Order: sequence, then C-alpha cells, then structure tokens
Amino acid sequence: MTDDRKVKIAWKDVHKGFGGKPVLRGLDLEAYEGRSLVVIGGSGTGKSVTIKTALGLLAPDSGVVEIDGQAVRPGRIDDPGVSQIGMLFQSGALFDSLPVWENVAFRLIHSEKVARKEAKDRAIEALGQVDLDADTGNKRPSELSGGMLKRAALARAIVAKPNILFFDEPTTGLDPITADVINRLISRLVRKMGATAVSITHDMASMRIIADDVAMIHEGRIIWKGTLDQVDTADDDRVRAFVEGRSEPAEG
Amino acid sequence: MNPLRVIGRGVLALLQSVGAIAIFAGRAVLGVVRPPFFPGQLMGQIMQIGFLSLPVVGLTALFTGAALALNIYTGGARFNAESFVPNIVALGIVRELGPVIAALMLAGRVSSGIAAEIGAMRATEQIDALKTLSTDPMRYLIAPRVLAGVITLPILVLIADIVGIYGGFVVGVNSLGFDPSVYVRNTWDILERWDVISGLIKAAVFGFLLTLMGCYHGYHAQGGAEGVGRAATHAVVSAAVLIFAANFLLTSLFV
Ligand SMILES: Nc1ncnc2c1ncn2[C@@H]1O[C@H](COP(=O)(O)OP(=O)(O)OP(=O)(O)O)[C@@H](O)[C@H]1O
Ligand SMILES: [Mg+2]
Repeated sequence: MTDDRKVKIAWKDVHKGFGGKPVLRGLDLEAYEGRSLVVIGGSGTGKSVTIKTALGLLAPDSGVVEIDGQAVRPGRIDDPGVSQIGMLFQSGALFDSLPVWENVAFRLIHSEKVARKEAKDRAIEALGQVDLDADTGNKRPSELSGGMLKRAALARAIVAKPNILFFDEPTTGLDPITADVINRLISRLVRKMGATAVSITHDMASMRIIADDVAMIHEGRIIWKGTLDQVDTADDDRVRAFVEGRSEPAEG
Repeated sequence: MNPLRVIGRGVLALLQSVGAIAIFAGRAVLGVVRPPFFPGQLMGQIMQIGFLSLPVVGLTALFTGAALALNIYTGGARFNAESFVPNIVALGIVRELGPVIAALMLAGRVSSGIAAEIGAMRATEQIDALKTLSTDPMRYLIAPRVLAGVITLPILVLIADIVGIYGGFVVGVNSLGFDPSVYVRNTWDILERWDVISGLIKAAVFGFLLTLMGCYHGYHAQGGAEGVGRAATHAVVSAAVLIFAANFLLTSLFV
C-alpha cells in the first residue's frame, strides 16, 4: 500500500509505561495528510495515551512522535507541530469557569491575540457549525447536556482552523441518534477543512462514518492497519472479532 | 522489615517532595515575572482570595483581640500589670496573631479551595486542554493565584490588625474599665513602624505559601474525585505546617 499519500503524523517505536506497567510497547503508526485515521481497540489498551504522546502531554519513555517530520517536544506548549492540532477530549474538558463561547474562543483570545469581540463572533460562528446557537454560547458548560458539551468541545477544537484534529471517543456516553449526529458533524467538518484527523473509538458505527483508514491497537502495539473497506475482510481474526463485537475470536 | 530502611525511605520521600515543591515554586515565580500575563485571572483571584475572605478574617481577628484583652488583664492582675492590656494586645496582634490567624483561616478557605478547583481541572483533563490550546497552566492558573495571595494577604492582615485591636479596645473599655482615649493612646504609643511592617512581610510570605500549597496539591492530584479530596486535605495541612514553620523562622529573623 505504498502510494503517494504523505505522512503527516508518525509514531515511531513509541514505548510508554506508568509506574513500571507498560502501556505502549513499540507503537508504530502513521496518519496521512488530509485523511481520517480511526484507531480502534479495547478499553485501557493505550488509545488515549497514544494521542497524548502526539500532543506532547505525555513524554514517551523511548521512541518518537513526528509531525511534519519534526519530533514533538513534550511539555512545550509552543511546539509548531502541536500548535496546529485541535483536540476533542474524551470528557470534553471545557473550562467550567468560563462561558461556552469563551471556551470556544480561548485559543483565539489567549494565543492568537484576536480582539475579544472578533473572537466572540468567530466562536459563535463555530458554534453555529456544530448546530449550537449564540444563546448556548452564553451558558456555562455545567448547564449543557452531554451531547451539547461534545458539540461545544468540537467547536473549540475547530475554531482556529487547525490542520490536524484529534478526537478521543467523540461518541461515548451519547445516545445512538446524538452519536450519529456527532459522527456526521465530524466527518463533514474534517472533509470541509481538509484536515488530517485521528480519532479513537470503540464505536463501530462511528468508525464507518468517520474513517478513511483504520488501525487496531492491542496490548500497546498496532496489530493491524488498512483502509476502511479492508476492515471486514481483515486477515487478523482479532480485528474481525472486535468489529463484529465478539468477545472470542472465531474457532478454526 | 529493617527499621533503618523504613526511616531511610521516609527521608528520601520527604526530600523528593521538598525538591518537587521547590521546583514547582520556581516555575510559579517564573510565571509571575515572565509574560504572557493574565490580568483578568489575577483580578478574579484577588477578588476570590482577598475580598471574599474579609468576613472570616475580620471576625476571627475581632474575637481574638477581645479574648487576648481578657487574658492579659487576668494574667497581668497577678503582678499589677493590668494597665498593659492595650500595649500587649497591639503588639501581640500586629506582630504575631494577626498574620498567623489570617493565614490559618485562609489555609482553610483558600488553600483547600484552590486545590479542589485545580485538582478537578486535572481530573477532567482541563489542564491538558489548556496546554493543547497553547496556554501554559503555570501562567494561566498558578501564577495568578500565587501572586494574588502575596498581594492580598498583607492587606487582609492590615485589616485584621485594626479589627483585632478594636476587639481588644471594646472589651477593654466596656468590661475592664479602661478610658477610651488612654487605651487608644497607649496602643498608638507602643507600636513602632517595624512592628506593623514585619507583620505584613510575614503575611506576604504566608500568602505565597498557602496559595502555593493549594496549587501544588491540586496540580498533582491523581485518581478522580477521591484524589481531589485528598489534594484539598494535603493542601490545608501542609499550608498550616509551613505557616507555623515560616512564622518561627521569620520571627527569629525579625527580633
Ligand atoms: N497519567 C497516567 N498515569 C498513570 N497511568 C495512566 C495514565 N494515563 C493512562 N494510564 C494507564 O494507561 C492505561 C491505558 O490508558 P488509556 O487512557 O490510554 O486507555 P484507553 O485505551 O484510552 O481506554 P478507554 O477506551 O477506556 O479510554 C490504563 O491502564 C491507564 O490506567
Ligand atoms: Mg481513552
């Protein structure tokens, strides 16, 4: 499958453990420019940790994550690779001390030094893109439902028009209809922006809507990668078992 | 288990956390002096730490001054020194009790509050989110709180001094039979500028320590809601211990 796709993000032999317990054990993975990669895998297999190493939030014990060929420097908030990423956290992670619009506008105000008024306009525009109105923008995050929180967090991730988008389980905790709405939003926004997207999910419906490429993580390694159409015919039984929702790989 | 090994491990752990706190303090100070600054955050914290603490600090100072006056009167009566009530109340409040009591009340109110708030932000990935939005949590969260502590504590203590002396005055005049103008004059005559200033220097140091402890324990909170609760407890206890230790050190420097 070597072709003209350009690697945007590369995890190279990344190891990461916590207190002696290994979580990532030599993870190798590429996300291609302008494509949407979905990483699937069971709970606690290190999916969130994988994303956090690319954000510089966790330093790999060994190995490196590269964005545009440049190694990510952990802990550096001004890292050129990291600052082009919009991130949707698993829990939303909106700042509860700020109204929703200011959450959305945070990067514009504090890092891009956009004037407050203009930042607010752009925040409200971004809220509109995720079907939230200006009224919601004036509420506190604690006043929103789970689905609205995810949308607001999504607006915060896209407002500065990042080149890269990370989504950590965008649909967990949502009812199937709301999940479907969020999936379609993500898919539409990513395509419209032409961004490179990396999503984590164990929601197979979500994968089918969002993904161009799929990779499966198991025990801290990537055990399979391919395009979305190759998932159902994957040669690895653990992948098919996961996709079909079986707890045991098929016999024979 | 070898007892020496247990002791050794304890000492190492202690040294390690002292080192970690020192590094954290250094980063907090850097955040205070190096841009970008967040004046909006600072104003909010001055409000939260300073203004909203006025009632607690005022009330405790009032009662402390009143109780102090009574104690000195009965104690002083044993060697005919009752007339020193105004002087000793003033010195005791300004040099020692004002700063220490205000700081302890704030350890309860502010250190725990900061630890819980920042701990919850840690638990809900808000601190990670700040970093991904290219904002340094040391500058956005920690520096404004620590600076607000250093700025507001001296002001609070100055108010505590006045209210505390007033508490002594009320008791002195109403129950101990002092002449109001004599009481005021004795208070005024005994106090030297350095008494007040040394108390305010203490206050600034306490303000630094108690906000720092709240920030440190909140920032390093682990393990969900339980971890947040633990962070708040540790913040209060460590702030209180540090306040007493610093009070002793500063007092021995200042006398
Ligand atoms: N900061 C941390 N400190 C200690 N252990 C951690 C930390 N972050 C993750 N872990 C551990 O690493 C392992 C993998 O965590 P991770 O969050 O990546 O799982 P996940 O694949 O995202 O699971 P889920 O689908 O449940 O979100 C877990 O066992 C977790 O306890
Ligand atoms: Mg996760």
